[in-house]
Amino acid sequence: MSTPARTSRRSGIRGGETASGWLFTAPMIILLGLFLVIPVLMALWVSFSDWNGRGSPFGGTVSFVGLDNYSALVGGGGLAEQDFGTALRNNAWYVLLVVPIQTMLSLLLAVLVNRQILRGRGFFRTAFYFPSVTSSVAITVLWLFLFSSSGAVNKLLAFIGVNGPNWFNDPSGVLHNLLAAFGVDTGPAALTGNTFLGISFWEWLAGPSVAMSAFILMAVFTTSGTFMLLFIAALQNLSGDVVEAAMMDGANGWQRFWRVTLPQLRPTLFTVLTLGLIGAWQVFDQIYTGTQGGPGKTTLTPAYLSYQAAFTNQAWGQGAAIAFILFVIIVVFTLFQRWLLAERGVSARRMRPYLPIPTSGGSK
Amino acid sequence: MQRRNSRWLIGTGLAVAGALTLSACGSGSGFGGDSADSGGELTSDSAQGLNVLIGSSGDAETASVNAAVAAWSEKTGTDAKVSVASDLNQQLAQGFAAQKPADVFYLSTDALAGYASNGSLLAYGDELANKDDFYPSLVNSFTYEGDFYCAPKDFSTLGLVINTDLWAQAGLTDADIPTTWDELAAVSKTLTTDGQVGLALGGEYARLGAFMAQAGGSLMNEDSTEATANSAESVAGLEYAQTLLNDGVMSYASEIGAGWGGEAFGKQLSAMTIEGNWITGAMKSDFPEVNYTVAELPAGPEGKGTLQFTNCWGIAADSPNQAAALELVEQLTSKDAQLTFSEEFGPMPSIQSAADEWKSANPTLVAFLDGADYAQGVPNVKGAADVTSDLNAQLESLKTGDAQAILDSVQKNLEALLK
Repeated sequence: MSTPARTSRRSGIRGGETASGWLFTAPMIILLGLFLVIPVLMALWVSFSDWNGRGSPFGGTVSFVGLDNYSALVGGGGLAEQDFGTALRNNAWYVLLVVPIQTMLSLLLAVLVNRQILRGRGFFRTAFYFPSVTSSVAITVLWLFLFSSSGAVNKLLAFIGVNGPNWFNDPSGVLHNLLAAFGVDTGPAALTGNTFLGISFWEWLAGPSVAMSAFILMAVFTTSGTFMLLFIAALQNLSGDVVEAAMMDGANGWQRFWRVTLPQLRPTLFTVLTLGLIGAWQVFDQIYTGTQGGPGKTTLTPAYLSYQAAFTNQAWGQGAAIAFILFVIIVVFTLFQRWLLAERGVSARRMRPYLPIPTSGGSK
Repeated sequence: MQRRNSRWLIGTGLAVAGALTLSACGSGSGFGGDSADSGGELTSDSAQGLNVLIGSSGDAETASVNAAVAAWSEKTGTDAKVSVASDLNQQLAQGFAAQKPADVFYLSTDALAGYASNGSLLAYGDELANKDDFYPSLVNSFTYEGDFYCAPKDFSTLGLVINTDLWAQAGLTDADIPTTWDELAAVSKTLTTDGQVGLALGGEYARLGAFMAQAGGSLMNEDSTEATANSAESVAGLEYAQTLLNDGVMSYASEIGAGWGGEAFGKQLSAMTIEGNWITGAMKSDFPEVNYTVAELPAGPEGKGTLQFTNCWGIAADSPNQAAALELVEQLTSKDAQLTFSEEFGPMPSIQSAADEWKSANPTLVAFLDGADYAQGVPNVKGAADVTSDLNAQLESLKTGDAQAILDSVQKNLEALLK
């Protein structure tokens, strides 16, 4: 591989190519460097400094404080740690519910609108995609109205005899409520007595609050359309031959989807899950316009906490530190997910039904 | 492959270095500059006009401040421009980081400690000609580590707002207006009917704290040097509120489908609410058909108590023309200017000399201003806003919670701030 490359570089007619290549990519490299790389490096420095928001973070009065900002968040024992723990708890539940649901829903929608026999496919595609092109602020405001205590959703629930919760003002955790329905009001001492990041394990297991659940529904509603589009594109790229071959082999629709179509969608699935994870961990707009962390801090997310720490509390180092911890979390999740979806050889157990039946005793 | 990678790295490195140099040139003298320090002479570069940044409540306030600043500008010949911030905290922070802040701006008690401690603010309070005219409790709110930083712009206190029609319907008269905790509980009970609660208020420290004040408690002492959150008095105040909640005669506005106390009151979901004088504007524009009257909050075991909220006119330490800024602030806090503001968009003047005229101009709102005599400010130590927002989160479940445990956690958090 390296031999042809070397000869081509030496040849006269291609000599200037490298320089031109750099020249053509230079505008983008400079733009990205100026507006992405440098700000990120500056923020990294701020997270290790005691910069207090006045003047340049590289000024003479700003000093390096090592891991102080980080340790206040993950082991300080104070309010900062507790808030960070709460924000992580809230966002973890959000991710846990939003990412699988939106992926499944968007795949389902894509398969549905991709069917040849469906009439008015164009209409459905547009309708499902519509929430994605609307600004998240507008949808948040809509959601605040729909889910107000006397809003449309509760009216609808009342219609079928359900007394709806006071969505955006209800800080109780969904799992806690479920357990309370079975008479479990307080957790075992092992859970309530021990804490992680300033909040007890029992609180970690509270589940998303009712308010957060409304945001989860909203995220699923708005993003499913976008991911549906990705799945449609992938589905249309699949060649019909393979499916036809499967049909000839007698696979039914269910088997064709799970054994033939879905494995071929693996790259798209990876994209959708990665984008979903990143988006879900960075949730900010909805919180900023909707609840600002309330009720009872149950919709506080690391992204919003970072903003709040920096802009309202002048704790810039801590705000930057939260952002970098969030960055690490996202990277770790993405890597894990990449490992999970990696192509692997089919295990012998799985393979067995497809192998030709060994003709034992043939030699007798 | 290896080779190409390393070239790419070198290329990126060069690009980053180049861009760093560029950005360094961009900020020029800003690097490492630390020019302003409070004390000493005020800057007075008269070539520079003043920028005034306000967080406006609406058109009326914007127009009113604009007119006042323009009048001053005309009189003194110094240019001044008013801008309305869409997110005041963020815009202020950007200005301070760039060392090109607005010269004069609205500043809340929450934000004071953060900006004062990083040197962004000019502590000009002692140089004000009308310094002694401000209510002492307001001066306290804007005093940080012994320095009086900025002139209180105006203020509000909490009062008991009563729906007079519902009051009369329930057979109550003026003589029944509650002056003690027991009377408040009694009338709340009388006024609670099907679909209407006696008293509604926001479930937060900024309302419930008034009960703590009436019981003689507080979160911190007056100078914000000592935490007093879990004193027996504070707990008693919160427990009284808890009793009202559990008796069903008082509700949080959010529980009955309203965004705040004023909305619950305006929609007649409650017959009374505890709000500040800003409620008058909302009643006029959103619920003009509701008749109401305002009374002082009832006294608790330790006498009368209410909370007060205020903003000040901050001046930036980096302002090139602090002398003119100070003059502008003196003008804007003068009796005439404050009475005009009050007439146009409703706040109460922060100076004592304007009290009598304000009372005669607003006879129905006298109770709010009477509260100034015993009102308690909110803590202004750095980080207090976080602690109160944590308290607010806990207060949402006060009904089933333990007042002592809630205030113990607040005490712990406040003590951590003082270390």
